[in-house]
Amino acid sequence: MDTIALALREAVAMIGQLDPKLVDIVVLSLKVSLTAVAVATIAGLPLGAAIAVATFPGRKSLIVVLNALMGLPPVVVGLLVYLLLSRSGPLGELGMLFTPAAMIVAQAILITPIIAALARQAIEDAWHEYQEQLHSLGAGPVQSALTLLWDTKFSLLTTVLAGFGRAAAEVGAVLIVGGNIDGVTRVMTTAIALETSKGDLPLALGLGVVLVSIVLTLNAAAYLVKEAAQRRYG
Amino acid sequence: MDEGDVKAPTSLLPLTLERVCFEARGRRIIDEVSLVIRAGCRTVILGPNGAGKSVLLRLCHGLLAPTSGKIEWNAPDREAGPRKQAMVFQRPVMLRRSALGNVAFGLKVAGVKPAERDTRALFALERVGLTHLANSPARVLSGGEQQRLALARAWALNPEVLFLDEPTANLDPGATHEIEAAIAAIHAGGTKIVMVTHNLGQARRLADEIVFLHNGRVAERATADVFFAGPATAEAAAFLKGELLW
Amino acid sequence: MVTARRFVLAALAAFAAALAPGANSQEKYITVASTTSTEQSGLFGHILPNFEKKTGIKVRVVAQGTGQALDMGRRGDADVVFVHDPAAEKKFVDEGFGVDYKQVMYNDFVLIGPKSDPAKIAGGKDILAALRKVEGTKAAFVSRADKSGTHAAELRYWKAAGVDIAAQKGPWYKETGSGMGPALNTASSMNGYILADRGTWLAFKNRGDLSILVEGDQKLFNQYGIMLVNPAKHPHVKKDLGTAFINWVVSPEGQKAIADYKVGGEQLFFPNYKGG
Repeated sequence: MDTIALALREAVAMIGQLDPKLVDIVVLSLKVSLTAVAVATIAGLPLGAAIAVATFPGRKSLIVVLNALMGLPPVVVGLLVYLLLSRSGPLGELGMLFTPAAMIVAQAILITPIIAALARQAIEDAWHEYQEQLHSLGAGPVQSALTLLWDTKFSLLTTVLAGFGRAAAEVGAVLIVGGNIDGVTRVMTTAIALETSKGDLPLALGLGVVLVSIVLTLNAAAYLVKEAAQRRYG
Repeated sequence: MDEGDVKAPTSLLPLTLERVCFEARGRRIIDEVSLVIRAGCRTVILGPNGAGKSVLLRLCHGLLAPTSGKIEWNAPDREAGPRKQAMVFQRPVMLRRSALGNVAFGLKVAGVKPAERDTRALFALERVGLTHLANSPARVLSGGEQQRLALARAWALNPEVLFLDEPTANLDPGATHEIEAAIAAIHAGGTKIVMVTHNLGQARRLADEIVFLHNGRVAERATADVFFAGPATAEAAAFLKGELLW
Repeated sequence: MVTARRFVLAALAAFAAALAPGANSQEKYITVASTTSTEQSGLFGHILPNFEKKTGIKVRVVAQGTGQALDMGRRGDADVVFVHDPAAEKKFVDEGFGVDYKQVMYNDFVLIGPKSDPAKIAGGKDILAALRKVEGTKAAFVSRADKSGTHAAELRYWKAAGVDIAAQKGPWYKETGSGMGPALNTASSMNGYILADRGTWLAFKNRGDLSILVEGDQKLFNQYGIMLVNPAKHPHVKKDLGTAFINWVVSPEGQKAIADYKVGGEQLFFPNYKGG
């Protein structure tokens, strides 16, 4: 309990003083995870909508695989992206290893299946309700998919938040492809891992408190937006 | 609001069904139905529950494909313009937007230009008496209001044919009356009405001609006054007396 | 297939260029693969700003175990390798992956143990005797077991002490497969013995009941070497910038910066570059 009390005190002190190193780490964490979520959303939402609406052989197997990919271990994704981006690897010429761009790529790969699978579920439910009516009005598959995406946008917001939560929380992928370089690729989770390994547990826990607070705030904000909108649109 | 200028030379009707069968899960729901639906009068498809009325309607509208047989519109390869046939379902399906937004959506799918959509949508809402609810979220409207909205959405498309599947089955008498009035108005504007109902009173009020369906077959077809005065078949007679038919 | 790959590369490159803050091509930087001991002890935090201010070259340190650092060098993912396992370093150079190899400093290992000291080795000056006693009493001992320089040293000491650790290890010998810090955490929580480098120990805050029990034995000196990843094998290596760094580390200024680094008044690393 001592450590936890110390940690809370450290956290408050850090936030209060707006320690510049802390600010840098937080900003980088947000940049990386938010960008990754944006990329994953652009890739994952249309994918989820397409699978929800289309019929094709092997559809059920694809859904099973997609759902399973939600559980991709971050450290495995990190390792695979590392091998791809290493100078000895196929994309080595890009020199992207140990940069935030590599971290974004790894996290985007990690969360695209989450967004696609959850979106597919939400959209498929709406599709069952709307299918006949949309067909009756003459909407084709693409227009139907876009309409569903727009109509389920508040459920999809929850999906995107789930993706962001996963990205902001993971350490395995960003540690391997980013290298936890001080001032360049050190994010909240890798900083926590580092401080823990140095035995500075109060500081590590303090950083953890900051991280959880940020994610909590974002979720609260999104919830309020959803509530307000649902009151307006039903 | 008239679409006279864009009217194509040939009409969609008559719709011809030739020996149409529809099977699902091993059951034959529609059994060798041959039918010609012509423009003009209000056609009501009548029959007991399970006769296949809703399935027949969906086959005509194009939501289902027949297992065998042909369904042909008069001018199927006519250049695609705004969709010229519409359907109102028993349970209205509304998108998560305002009443106006739902009607405008139908117009958008039909390819109507953005500038025109809201005006036409508002006009449609006016005709069903929903102007005061134009900006309300459609999904919180009452059952009757939603069904009127569905009618407005279909009406705004200026369809040549309007299919209706038991549109007032879930509504109270007041709402039912409003819907029936709107249907009459749509018909008066030149739209062919093809409606399914199992409600005799409604059929008497609205029908010009009756197509009596039983066990997936057209048992009888006649003008309304002839049918109600004295049906030709035993099944139809039994149905009119209020007996259970299966 | 070739054109598809080129297109993907171009798209990714544009993406990387647009997004990566700090991967700015205008900024001069080198990537140094080093060990956790140099980073976590705070040495790099102390000496690198001097180099960066002097040359404007930023040093990006990826800190991991020696084995992993050398592997990074082999793949060409680093420009400079700075580790502490002379045998592995020699192999690296002999295989042609490293050039311009220089020995630059040493620190020492210490044997850490609990206050209870079941093996009765406190105050000793002979690491080999101490290890024999630990094995004899089967007292809890934590090994990093991660192919690091520290791990390699530990194995050498067991061997030199006449203990065939692979055969004689038992439940008392805990192999964590981790860096120095996490291994120390483990030792602290189970009151075990552990071999650590002094630098990481001095910076370590979660000591519990542990303290230094054996130190000062000459054998415990731990040599660090630095080398450039061979540009012949990996043409993209930043040869000039990397060489500038190596030259600075062995220069009188660099060596002094290393000597000046103290934790709690104690010097951690002892520069010993000899040569011209």
